[in-house]
Amino acid sequence: MTVPSRPEGAMATLRRGLRLMPEFRRGLPATFALALIATAGRVVVPIAVQQTIDRGLSGPGGPDLGLVRTLVLTCVAVVLVTGIAVYRMNVRLFRTTETALAGLRVRAFRHVHDLSMLHQQGESRGSLVSRVTSDVDQMSVFMQWGGVLGVVSVGQLVVATAVMAVYSWQLTVLVLVCFVPLAILVRVFARKLAAVYGVVRERVGDLLAAVAESVVGAPTVRAYGIRERTAARIDTAIGRHYRASVHAQKVTASVYVTGELVAAFANAAVVVVGVQLGLAGDISAGTLIAFLFLITLFVAPVQTASEVLNEAQNAMAGFRRVLDVLAVAPDVRDPAVAAPDRARELPRGPLGVRFEHVTFRYAPGARPALEDVDLAVAPRQRVAIVGETGSGKTTFAKLVTRLMDPTEGRVLLGSGPEEVPLTEVAFASLRARVVMVPQDGFLFDATIADNVRYGCPGMTDGDVAAAFDQLGLGPWVEGLERGVATPVGQRGESLSAGERQLVAIARAYVADPDLLVLDEATSAVDPATERRLTRALDTLTDGRTTLTIAHRLSTAERADEVLVVDAGRVLQRGRHVDLVEAEGPYARLHASWRRSSAGQPQPAA
Amino acid sequence: MPRRRDAVVRRGLRHVGRAIAGQPRMFTLALLGSSLYAAMTVASAFVIGAVTQRVVLPAFAQGHARAATLTLAVVAIVGVAVLKIVGILGRRLFAGIMGYRLQADTRRRVTGQYLRLPLSWHARHPTGQLLSNANSDVESAWFFVSPLPFACGALVMIGITTVALLLTDPLLAVVGLVVFPLVFVTNIVYSQVMSPRVQRAQQLRAEVSEIAHESFDAGLVVKTLGREADETRRFAVRADELRDGLVAVGRVRGLFDPLMEALPSLGTLVVLLIGAGRVAGGATTAGDLISIAYLFTLLALPVRAIGWVLADLPRALAGYDRVTPVLDATGETAYGPEPAPTRDGGAALALTRVGYAFDGATRPTLSGVTFDVPAGGTVAVVGPTGSGKSTLAGLLVRLVDPATGAVLLDGVDLRRLREGEASGQAAFVAQGTFLFDDTVRDNVTLGGGYDDDEVWAALRTAAADDFVGRLPDGLDTRIGERGATLSGGQRQRLALARAVIRRPRLLVLDDATSAVDPAVEARILDALRAAESPSTVVVVAYRQATIALADEVVWLENGRVLARGSHDELLADVPGYAALVRAYQQAEVAA
Repeated sequence: MTVPSRPEGAMATLRRGLRLMPEFRRGLPATFALALIATAGRVVVPIAVQQTIDRGLSGPGGPDLGLVRTLVLTCVAVVLVTGIAVYRMNVRLFRTTETALAGLRVRAFRHVHDLSMLHQQGESRGSLVSRVTSDVDQMSVFMQWGGVLGVVSVGQLVVATAVMAVYSWQLTVLVLVCFVPLAILVRVFARKLAAVYGVVRERVGDLLAAVAESVVGAPTVRAYGIRERTAARIDTAIGRHYRASVHAQKVTASVYVTGELVAAFANAAVVVVGVQLGLAGDISAGTLIAFLFLITLFVAPVQTASEVLNEAQNAMAGFRRVLDVLAVAPDVRDPAVAAPDRARELPRGPLGVRFEHVTFRYAPGARPALEDVDLAVAPRQRVAIVGETGSGKTTFAKLVTRLMDPTEGRVLLGSGPEEVPLTEVAFASLRARVVMVPQDGFLFDATIADNVRYGCPGMTDGDVAAAFDQLGLGPWVEGLERGVATPVGQRGESLSAGERQLVAIARAYVADPDLLVLDEATSAVDPATERRLTRALDTLTDGRTTLTIAHRLSTAERADEVLVVDAGRVLQRGRHVDLVEAEGPYARLHASWRRSSAGQPQPAA
Repeated sequence: MPRRRDAVVRRGLRHVGRAIAGQPRMFTLALLGSSLYAAMTVASAFVIGAVTQRVVLPAFAQGHARAATLTLAVVAIVGVAVLKIVGILGRRLFAGIMGYRLQADTRRRVTGQYLRLPLSWHARHPTGQLLSNANSDVESAWFFVSPLPFACGALVMIGITTVALLLTDPLLAVVGLVVFPLVFVTNIVYSQVMSPRVQRAQQLRAEVSEIAHESFDAGLVVKTLGREADETRRFAVRADELRDGLVAVGRVRGLFDPLMEALPSLGTLVVLLIGAGRVAGGATTAGDLISIAYLFTLLALPVRAIGWVLADLPRALAGYDRVTPVLDATGETAYGPEPAPTRDGGAALALTRVGYAFDGATRPTLSGVTFDVPAGGTVAVVGPTGSGKSTLAGLLVRLVDPATGAVLLDGVDLRRLREGEASGQAAFVAQGTFLFDDTVRDNVTLGGGYDDDEVWAALRTAAADDFVGRLPDGLDTRIGERGATLSGGQRQRLALARAVIRRPRLLVLDDATSAVDPAVEARILDALRAAESPSTVVVVAYRQATIALADEVVWLENGRVLARGSHDELLADVPGYAALVRAYQQAEVAA
């Protein structure tokens, strides 16, 4: 990975990006007009020098100080106007880019929420966060200095060339010829810089990993007495990072000074050729001197480029990553948006669920997670789904809540003639009526009441407390330091795992769904919380169609019906008492459970 | 708050001094380079002036040019440029080396502290904070170093220029004496105005990132309750604040940049205005006038380097202030003089009235813990969450030291053992498995001299041989960021193999088998006990299957040993024990 692979050119990325950032184009002509004035102002000094020498000091009638005064005052005015133009340009540029980037950030944020990859692995989540944070930040940092420098540098080159051409086309050609090798070399330089900074980035990654060993691995290091070995590993990583950085510094410095060298040769050439031209009467002394001043304007863009290139590449890579996320089409789209004329509401009243020959594969060609599942659940039924890890239980939940769509077959909600295919249900209706309580009932860093209100915005703290009462959790919540106004901390970490579940249940309860999908938590809870959970769940599921992904057989025992899933198929279906008696996987599952808790009283069902 | 500002400036200068004192040689070299650059920049302006005066104007006036003077002009222009380039290379290279060395040195010291300081210190500091102390904080502490020699060179340049101006024409010198301080003041004002805005933007960045983290972690809740729009609105509010913050930063930059550009330009124009009069009056020559005008245009960039250093100092100080507590932290683990007993077989372990309290905790985590484990025995420590089990496990291998009482290994207090002796005798596998970003082999051997047969044997004992055999490069497969990704159970088994290969006399497992199949766990423990000289094993456990393997169970509650005995005895006598074991049992049911 020494040279970053380039699936797409910078220009293609920019074009793709600009289509997604309409804000960026707003007011662009005015900004460019200001940029033109801004760069034009830079040639004022060389012109003033030329005029002073040719007309002010060595005019036909001797020095003309009045002329110099007028000239200087005019130029001062131009410099001031230029300054104001640059200021206005900068502010406009910053405002436009920041507005565009903020828009991009928000759009990417919303898009990520629509993507199913958010609900899969915890690891990929961190990288999705950087799509809307550091990647966008990198672009912003670059725009704040590199972007402006870039615009001004290019303008400077153009204006300087134009002024030079007016003074003397011969000298202009001469200067351009001097800079041609540089223009060719720039490509080589860019490649070289990209390579060395690529290495630096890689070394930074290694460094972070090595440093983490001294922090995250501290107990292991201590327990195994490998302090010196670990120190040596870190030392190596630090050393490699150091050497890569110094090498990059060498390359950047070499590129930087090339500009200086070329400028010196251009200066020398202009003096030699200029004197000859002057003797032939083609140019004046002032023109020659002005050229020497103008050449300094030529060097700056090259040097700027060498400084900005690394940032530019980082920014471009970040930009590409953001655009790539935006380019991923959501697996599931809200019918109310995708096909408004076909979008429907769910029928009123309790909802049944029907799977019509449903097959689901996580990837084309992969082993099906669910295969040809065909079943119906009547309204108000409480169904427990049991099976080993990877049997397809969770896929059930994701299909019913339409986090994903089946690969084959379809899912319908409602019952009898009022059945509606899930794919036609407007999200507003679906999310209001079908609620899922995920395994990890995530809590926000706010109060308990805020978290519960998330299920039903607009509730007062009193309403929330009443809901806890109805769930039989009144005493628990009142026992907390500040009742429902107790802050739960980041991710709800000031509560125990069981207490977090209680809040998640209350959140689902106030949402008042007609179909409830529960993914039971696996974490162990203390017996008191366990009792509260059981009671609250009974109230929550009362009168609602409930699909529970059960991890405890006690849940299965209480359900109206048990579905036993294995390898993507429903193997058994029936009441707990019947299934236990029958030959089959459920009986085996149950027996193994009883065996492992032998010698203990059975939990009260 | 002028006083606070003064303090920042003073502390900033002291920090600059620290950087110079840390790398005096590199700084001197970089400063020499920078001074050469400064001198040559001034020289190049005078060369241009001289060329104007002695070559261009005479040639135009007399109608012919002498080849010798032209050659001289070319040599002078190119020669000065070459020297200037040498200066730039020296400045940039040595300044780079200086900055990167300071970074590397500080990073070595910080990580050295992490490795040296006791785990009780680690426990007091969040992981994220320690990581950023060693990474981004170190970086920002020395970021200003790269433009530092440039800025010092700029001071030199201003000095030389002032002298040159005074020698050339006192009246023109006045222009310089007005413009230079003005540039300087502008820079200082800029850094003062800028730093609170930059800090605010930084703060808002962190907040935006926090919302994104939380919202994406809550993805399932957000989606299934249909709250995407509300979340997006919440995010947009903060993103817009960040935008405003960044625009505010941009506004200051946007004003400062043209100002810094205009000042030298205005200087040049004033020089022309005054200079023309002086030339006309014969007080100075056109060449000198051009020199000074050219000089002003060249001066703009270096002078800005002063601004870069000043603008970066507050950030550098903030970074350094976060690193300092780590560097200054004390509390090294003290070791005793005694070698470990050189007996074979399991070690006899004894705890006498061991107490331990975390800093700032109102009640001790452990108090009066007394029990012993005979050589080769297996003990299970069981207790509810927060009862002090993990702390106890750490005490047994001297990850932490008891506040009261003692842990004795074969009758010797762990604290009296020489460094490395405790870890030579005991192996510990923690709750969270830590694997190094390294090969499978190195993760098992940790640099100890074990051959491949021994590694495979340990992997077999830990039931890890199957999956390691299937890895693309076997023992040489890299694990971690860029290598194979392993499941939780696989990681735990590697960590177990790491412990097993050392044939420890005492093996402490702190819930280290939670993701391993109970049958595999039994096999591992059996293998350890079936060895010719079986290890002593202490296992913190939740599972009944694990507990069943122990000779004795120690029941821990609120940091005290409330009961000891066999599993059946405790089930019968201790209601809390029975309830807990059952609760975990239920949780674990093979749904």
